[in-house]
Amino acid sequence: MGVSKIALTCALATGLTAGAAWAETEIQWWHAMGGANGERVDKIAADFNASQSDYKIVPTYKGNYTETMTAAVAAFRAGEQPHLVQVFEVGTATMMAAKGAIYPVEQMMADAGEPFDKSDYLPAVISYYQTPEGELLSMPFNSSTPVMWYNADALEAAGVDVPETWDDVKTAAQALVDNGMECGLSFGWQSWVMIENFSAWHNMEMGTKENGFAGFDTEFVFNNDKVEARLDDIASMSEGNLFKYGGRRGDSLPLFTNGECGMWMNSSAYYGSMVEQAKFKFGQTMLPLDTSVADAPQNSIIGGATLWALAGHEAEEYKGLAKFMTYLSSAEVQAWWHQETGYVPITTAAYELSKEQGFYDKNPGTDTAIKQLSLNTPTPNSRGIRFGNFVQVRDVINEELEALWAGDKTAAEALDTAVERGNALLRKFERSVK
Amino acid sequence: MLKRVHFPSSLLPYLLVAPQIAITLVFFIWPASQAVYQSFLIEDAFGLSTEFVWFENFELLFEDDIYLATFGRTIFFSAAVAILSMSMALILAGFADRVVRGATAYRTLLIWPYAVAPVLAGALWVFMFNPTLGIFPYILDFVGVDWNHYLNGNQAMALVVFASAWKQIAYNFLFYLAAMQSIPRSVIEAAAIDGAGPIRRFKDFIFPLVSPTTFFLLVINAVYAFFETFGIIHAVTQGGPANSTTILVYKVFNDGFVGLDLGGSAAQSVILMVLVIAMTVVQFRFVERRVQY
Repeated sequence: MGVSKIALTCALATGLTAGAAWAETEIQWWHAMGGANGERVDKIAADFNASQSDYKIVPTYKGNYTETMTAAVAAFRAGEQPHLVQVFEVGTATMMAAKGAIYPVEQMMADAGEPFDKSDYLPAVISYYQTPEGELLSMPFNSSTPVMWYNADALEAAGVDVPETWDDVKTAAQALVDNGMECGLSFGWQSWVMIENFSAWHNMEMGTKENGFAGFDTEFVFNNDKVEARLDDIASMSEGNLFKYGGRRGDSLPLFTNGECGMWMNSSAYYGSMVEQAKFKFGQTMLPLDTSVADAPQNSIIGGATLWALAGHEAEEYKGLAKFMTYLSSAEVQAWWHQETGYVPITTAAYELSKEQGFYDKNPGTDTAIKQLSLNTPTPNSRGIRFGNFVQVRDVINEELEALWAGDKTAAEALDTAVERGNALLRKFERSVK
Repeated sequence: MLKRVHFPSSLLPYLLVAPQIAITLVFFIWPASQAVYQSFLIEDAFGLSTEFVWFENFELLFEDDIYLATFGRTIFFSAAVAILSMSMALILAGFADRVVRGATAYRTLLIWPYAVAPVLAGALWVFMFNPTLGIFPYILDFVGVDWNHYLNGNQAMALVVFASAWKQIAYNFLFYLAAMQSIPRSVIEAAAIDGAGPIRRFKDFIFPLVSPTTFFLLVINAVYAFFETFGIIHAVTQGGPANSTTILVYKVFNDGFVGLDLGGSAAQSVILMVLVIAMTVVQFRFVERRVQY
């Protein structure tokens, strides 16, 4: 439909006055960035459109991550899919399994004759989105990783240093509460932070088959002694308010920004919100190390979303899309995006550029995420995770952990049930993609 | 023999019912049959690989303890919402019926919440009860209640029940008030002359006389609690914590639209459909007989 319209417009344009109007090829981009980040997405598209005249990127906000993905799936079933859609990291397995629906980004760049060098990208960022053979399936866009945010004023008042280990965290939490704070520690996105990243950070596998990278017949194994001990310990911290559970996702953000809790573990991408809302001096530091599990941290894994090209459009349109991908990952755009939002830059060049511009000197701690991600070469345990039905699995983990925080279950019970329910979902997914 | 009167057959009656039939076909029969078909499939999200499995999705559901627990929860939730909102509406209507001056203003104000969209109603309650920022947790703290519906399932359930019931009070109020005003004044006056006080009059005369309305509202409220509370739950708790506010319709949404498990979700909506049909039949067959008209 789009093509015939363009052809018609072309015919009309040439028929009327030659060269008066050039038809632009429209490329639809569905995304999940609301609010200030939505405006930034619009700016990226507008700048790209202004930089050339052959293609026009049309960004459309489709709701949150889940809604955007569902919208794209429904559109594909109706044959009305956009060219490009932003999908969060846990949807990766679902997208990847949909072989006829997606157009792997690396292949698309090659087909369009667009220069593309994978080594420009940060390994910890792109490893999450590669096939076991190393082909890049989708283009990283907004990637973040969990860090520990701390209230620098409160820590100083309580007379404790910024914690580096879980023992430090407990000491600091006690000191904060003793010094009159409402609570010591809280966190959000608990499956991502406390299970997925806790495992990667200590180089433990979360599921078999290289965390699912090597096959859909993977099984969860995160109900091990180490994770159990850590979670039991946190649950015991609820007593005396050393730890306070504040809800799923980012719901616990006000606990930190209001000055109730002195430490908060969640995405580095909350940087923008912190600048806006926190009335005190805050900082971010690496996730704490559990010294009973490992001597040194491995590397953390990313969250956030990538851009997937969907199949079923004209080659000419993909050519424009490839050009846009190049523009999007250019150092200038990435450095700007990184500095504005707190998402990590996806290329080494953008990181270097931010350094040169003095961003990290002016805003100490803003390179924590990137340092965490590139601390070591990712191992099969820390490269990322790839589990089917993972949106539901995360809900299962949320539910079971909530039962733990509420005191209804022990960590062992909660994790065993989570693994059992999670494995059932994995089997269901394995079957649906056969 | 009976004499039959023959009218010339005409196209008109068919034409007159045609729009209704068309709407039913397009908006009910067709989607419902699609759901039934989908419930027999195990399919990936994009519809690229499909397997016909007969009743396996249903078998999986009935082996799932969490799904079975959702039934009990839904019944509790619906009963709580219906009882709370209907009794509040009945009391308010009882008072509003007696108001002499400014009656219109009272009524308008009481009907207002009905105009609020479910999601907005949910958002209002979310703000009021936010454990960190809300006004109610702040007040409750003085009486020693530690309010955190992100963690406490019972509090979360109470919150969605209150929010859902509050939203429905206006609707129930409207019907109760209309029913009360259609009771002949002479009946009430006769009772008053015989010495019945306001409470006695309400108990022995007004309440039995509005029982057809009570029955009607029971059906409406049950359907409301089963389906329309989705927006409130989505805005307030999203079914959490630990599934404690996940009712049947929310699970259909969550498994289908968040989890992209279309077969399982369709099977659930088929069960829900059967359940509602059964419920309506039971209500009309058995409950209606006990109502005095």
